Amino acid sequence: MDRQDDVLSLVLFSGTDDKLNAAAVLTVGAAAMARKVNVFLQYWALDAFRADRVLKDHGVAPEAGEWGHELVQRHATQHWSELFRQAKEIGEVGLHACSLSMEMFGITKDDLDPLVDDVEGVAAFIAAADGPVTFI
Amino acid sequence: MTLATHVDRIIDARGMPCPGPLMALIGAIRESVVGDVVEVLSTDEGSKTDIPAWVRKARHELVEVTPEDGFARFVVKKAR
Repeated sequence: MDRQDDVLSLVLFSGTDDKLNAAAVLTVGAAAMARKVNVFLQYWALDAFRADRVLKDHGVAPEAGEWGHELVQRHATQHWSELFRQAKEIGEVGLHACSLSMEMFGITKDDLDPLVDDVEGVAAFIAAADGPVTFI
Repeated sequence: MTLATHVDRIIDARGMPCPGPLMALIGAIRESVVGDVVEVLSTDEGSKTDIPAWVRKARHELVEVTPEDGFARFVVKKAR
């Protein structure tokens, strides 16, 4: 009847606060609507999930400019990490760190925020995706 | 025919942006028992589509949606 039971598969590449916030809103919305969500963290998004960096200012996407940066800062109410936490609370949401990016940064699971469930290879993520993958 | 709905809990989510009011409602419904009625006040435009969609999906009952001056009032009954 619908695709409501499909997995929402998100690849987070960008580590700016605006993109992470947009991804967190999608995740929480999908979790609320009983969709399973699988998030694969690569590159700068993974870097933003380091335990000691989560709450730092990660800037905004280049197209935002100075005006956009101020706008996002002024409007931000809930931090994206809090939205991901809420999503995990209400739904089946997995956050997986890309093993290649982990290796590139020279970090281990212990360096990451507890929101991140595990370290995974790309094939495992794709195997669980079972449908389209959204890249942010 | 209708009596004023008995409301067990009111959440004033006015000023919270999307998806704040929906999340507040979900939290309140989770803490409630079947039959409880929760009312949410929201200024977020997204709530007008999100709250009915979630209530349908989660199979609760949307008792009432009332537009007020600058916000909307959603009354939801926990059905299961």
